[in-house]
Amino acid sequence: MSNHIFTHLDALESESIHIMREVAAECKNPALLFSGGKDSIVMLRLAEKAFRPAKFPFPLVHIDTEHNFPEVIATRDKLAHDLGERLIVRSLEASIARGSIVITNPDLPRNPYQSVTLLETIEEFGFDACMGGARRDEEKARAKERIFSFRDEFGQWDPKNQRPELWDIYNTRVHPGENIRVFPISNWTELDIWQYIGREKLEIPCIYYAHQREVIRRGNSVIPVSDLVQPKPGEKVEVLSVRFRTVGDVTCTAPVESTASTVDEIIAETATTRITERGATRMDDQTSDASMELRKKEGYF
Amino acid sequence: MTDTTQLLRFITAGSVDDGKSTLIGRLLHDSKSIFEDQYSAIAKTSEKRGMAAVDLSLLTDGLQAEREQGITIDVAYRYFATPKRKFIIGDTPGHEQYTRNMVTAASTANLVVILVDARRGVLVQTRRHTYLASLVGIPHIVLAVNKMDMVEYSEARYNEICTEYLAFAAQLGLHNVTCVPLSALVGDMLVDRGENLAWYQGPTLMELLENVEIDHDVNTSDFRYPVQWVCRPQTDEYHDFRGFMGRIEAGSVSVGDEITVLPSGRTSRVREIVTLDGNLQTAYAPQSVTITLTDEIDISRGDMFVKADALPTVTREFEAMLCWLSETPLDKSRKYLVKHTTRTAKCLFSSVDYRVDVNTLEQHANPVVNMNDIVHVKLKVQQPLVVDAYKRNRASGSFIVIDEATNNTVAAGMIA
Repeated sequence: MSNHIFTHLDALESESIHIMREVAAECKNPALLFSGGKDSIVMLRLAEKAFRPAKFPFPLVHIDTEHNFPEVIATRDKLAHDLGERLIVRSLEASIARGSIVITNPDLPRNPYQSVTLLETIEEFGFDACMGGARRDEEKARAKERIFSFRDEFGQWDPKNQRPELWDIYNTRVHPGENIRVFPISNWTELDIWQYIGREKLEIPCIYYAHQREVIRRGNSVIPVSDLVQPKPGEKVEVLSVRFRTVGDVTCTAPVESTASTVDEIIAETATTRITERGATRMDDQTSDASMELRKKEGYF
Repeated sequence: MTDTTQLLRFITAGSVDDGKSTLIGRLLHDSKSIFEDQYSAIAKTSEKRGMAAVDLSLLTDGLQAEREQGITIDVAYRYFATPKRKFIIGDTPGHEQYTRNMVTAASTANLVVILVDARRGVLVQTRRHTYLASLVGIPHIVLAVNKMDMVEYSEARYNEICTEYLAFAAQLGLHNVTCVPLSALVGDMLVDRGENLAWYQGPTLMELLENVEIDHDVNTSDFRYPVQWVCRPQTDEYHDFRGFMGRIEAGSVSVGDEITVLPSGRTSRVREIVTLDGNLQTAYAPQSVTITLTDEIDISRGDMFVKADALPTVTREFEAMLCWLSETPLDKSRKYLVKHTTRTAKCLFSSVDYRVDVNTLEQHANPVVNMNDIVHVKLKVQQPLVVDAYKRNRASGSFIVIDEATNNTVAAGMIA
């Protein structure tokens, strides 16, 4: 390739664009899952690269736990508005009101219940493919999942019954009632995401950058104080300089201590960090070695 | 990583006994790609199992379903990076479904590391792995002679194995083989050179992975552009815009180039190469772009843009090597679907000529085609496909076979 250096980010970007276009061309009614987190913001830029100057041939969908950081929701709404794309929001609260989700302990994280509302939303709109921003480097179960991942009528993933995926030829065929989860950024790592955010100058929620925050120390984690998380007797509230590596459920997403206030500083920290992204920040994944695998079998992203 | 970091995809071939998992674990560990929480998890497991040292092979241990049954499910992908390159490892287990798994992982690989045990030398499975690597056309082959610590780091033993292997590889027409002696257990010649192999002057395994030239792994001469999606914004600003979106699978294209649209054979010129980051003068494989043309001709998904100086074949019949992936045997009386580039068509197997024994390379006529079999077939397709020989062009020479009844992917095909 003369005078043209095709970098790893170029290679990943081109692969993701190719996947999104295959989804648009072969699936009848796809959707792009968009939460306002960094991975889904990268997905949004990739969709622009894939389909502009036209509009996206699919809506954006957010399954809102209503346990989200307000900064993330603000970014979600602003980006969807600025791009002029349709954003569908469906809330866990509606599923709770309908009775399809029964919350037994209001203090526990709501991530496990997202599957219920997602499946209800898939049925409401008749989506046959949902693109999500999951990455294989996040977790063991994801490392073995295909880019095009098939779900039965209950949204279940069967790790022992996956279709072989060869070259870049994707089999998108499903029977009525089944659907596909598609992961266009499967091959990206946390570091790739940050390098891309830097290269593309993407706007991300401010809580990804270092800021002063009231936290409580519980075990090995620092937990942000919020309406949903208050200090228990004996716990001390501290103010630390922290940033979030992931932005999920407020009650189970822990920030890391950091002073990185620019993308370059975050890249430098990410390149040298010694703890995985989910290991550092997601208390719900630490409960069992197989917790993600179990959630996926139940229809999680 | 820097702005010039390249992406290299590789696989390792070898059984558990060859130290494959240890090799991957060692590459990740010595390149500081293992995280503390991952390391402490496998350290805990090693201790629980009564092991003296941390077993790095546990890093490639997978799902609960696998741990319960003591098996590994086909392909897992792992990632690590050095300042020079980002690496994707397609990690396949070495049990009876090996052919299917290796072909799957190999289909996207730039390089394969074939492992042999220095004590045991070139085995039947080494030949099998090498044949599959040649069948799937992995551009670069590294023979890693592992467990050198078990043969007292003998240079003579290493040379003996290399000579035998290179002779076998040459029979298959493979000349792009590099050999390296190493000990994954001790860590010699993977990331660090160690002190035990002073007689070896060549690169370490990591140096090989970082420096192998991969710019020509895709065909850079024959322009191939399968149309994925037609972009018609129909807005005021882009009222007449008709862009043909796709990925350049081979070669390059510039504004002003004359292109031929296949299978119709109509010609036009490239007006613009559009991207979100501005229009390009020239675009290269494997970039994803949008092309507009100077003429209004009828073009849809499944068509392919090519140039007159390097034409592919437009055909409804072709021969191919097939790797059967499904537990249900091939049924010659049935119709299947072929997905080739962006076109899907019904197909029939007009003949199944022979099966290749992957251990002996012998051909067996009139076979029943079971999972993991490699067979030579002739196909008839309902619509014309725009094809190249797989050896010349991986992207336009490969296809998958889909069973319409189950929607499963049942075979991988390489056009002869």
